[in-house]
Amino acid sequence: MPQHTPLHAAHVAAGARMVDFAGWDMPVNYGSQIEEHHAVRRDAGMFDVSHMLALDLAGAGSKSFLRGLIANDVAKLVEPGKALYSCMLTPEGGVIDDLIVYYLSDTTWRIVVNAGTADKDVAWMQARLAEGGFDAALTVRRDLAMIAVQGPNARAKTWSALPGSEAASAGLKPFQAAAWGDFFIARTGYTGEDGFELTLPADQAAATWSALVAAGVKPCGLGARDTLRLEAGMALYGNDMDESISPLDAGLAWTVDFSDASRDFVGKAALLAKPASRQVLGLVLEDKGVLRAHQAVFTAQGEGETTSGTFSPTLEKAIAMARLPLGVAVGEQVEVDIRGKRLKARVVKASFVRKGQALI
Amino acid sequence: MNIPGNLRYTTSHEWVRVEADGSLTIGVTDHAQEALGDVVFLELPDAGRAVAAGEAIAVIESVKAASDIYAPVAGEIIGSNQEAVDAPEAVNADAYATWLFKLKPANAADVDALLDAAGYEAAIG
Repeated sequence: MPQHTPLHAAHVAAGARMVDFAGWDMPVNYGSQIEEHHAVRRDAGMFDVSHMLALDLAGAGSKSFLRGLIANDVAKLVEPGKALYSCMLTPEGGVIDDLIVYYLSDTTWRIVVNAGTADKDVAWMQARLAEGGFDAALTVRRDLAMIAVQGPNARAKTWSALPGSEAASAGLKPFQAAAWGDFFIARTGYTGEDGFELTLPADQAAATWSALVAAGVKPCGLGARDTLRLEAGMALYGNDMDESISPLDAGLAWTVDFSDASRDFVGKAALLAKPASRQVLGLVLEDKGVLRAHQAVFTAQGEGETTSGTFSPTLEKAIAMARLPLGVAVGEQVEVDIRGKRLKARVVKASFVRKGQALI
Repeated sequence: MNIPGNLRYTTSHEWVRVEADGSLTIGVTDHAQEALGDVVFLELPDAGRAVAAGEAIAVIESVKAASDIYAPVAGEIIGSNQEAVDAPEAVNADAYATWLFKLKPANAADVDALLDAAGYEAAIG
């Protein structure tokens, strides 16, 4: 039986088309995925992301534990509420998961991990905690719901739906969060637009969702979430990286911090021993068709492969993220194998749309 | 569920209309378009192509995924809908008004083996 988020009944009542996603019965759309996509680019939309897992880490040893656990360095977080995106690696340098860590204090941290990897993530973290004998405890917060409100009008509509929330969240910078009563309001997201990710008690989720609908925030499914993140050039775990690939080969070198030579982290030695052998770039299809994951890409420097692809509702063209040989440059033309035909595509940076604007 | 009684159907979600001259007009069902979501691309067969029953002869792609469209019976393609290729979202707007290709069956009686509306409704129930 698939699991249900606290908002499951609201999705079904709204006529959402439900699909299994990582063991959760989730809305893929409420009608038109393209309309939901545009709502986020132009106004405000929201996603139930309660299938993702929040974890609390507390204890004097939390910081040193995290510095060894993940590839980005939490030592750079000094402002309370600041968030950091990072990969958590295997000793061989493969990506166990990508996650966000929020710094609350030197002894209290909030971590958010993907739904499909949540169980293995928790097991891995608990094993590392025990192995290192850290003075830190991890608490699984399945009692919380998460709603991502995204779009140019997302913050204003959130404030109108949740009276009193503006004072707590108007001063947040991008990638920063603050507590507001039982709520945790983060100015983060996965769409390339401004907005909030709200973490709140599960029993308040349905009322909050309704208040946001009443404030003019459009419910959006996982379909639009995928096209939005892909336009924004954001990696999806399981598509764009997994345990078989190093973050250096998955376009995530910017999230690996080697600056403190005295810091060791799981996977560091493996990454240092094996520099990047591929690069991640974007593709825009110039012929008619739709790019998808796992299509072969033929370049003058050799073969590559798409890792995510879709029809971009904003650009009205097919786009993809692709792992390509080093040496392929932005602006070059390549060919993509789509059902046995070689179609023309142009190489661009792997970031297609941000804040409503086309970047290519 | 929108399943017109005057059409025939396949378990792979094509609808088939038998025209007065015995030719077949074919599209995808309302159930199929709803499952696919927003349709953004169609690749339809060229006129003159001989096709076998059950052969994958066209492709429909939504934002979400690509799916094959199959020949409901054997025969020859005698036309495809260029307007639908140019505006694939018409499939979502009205799946039964948006035909995709026309086929001259090799054997007119083959159509009798296709599902009727009740049969299709049972198949997708």
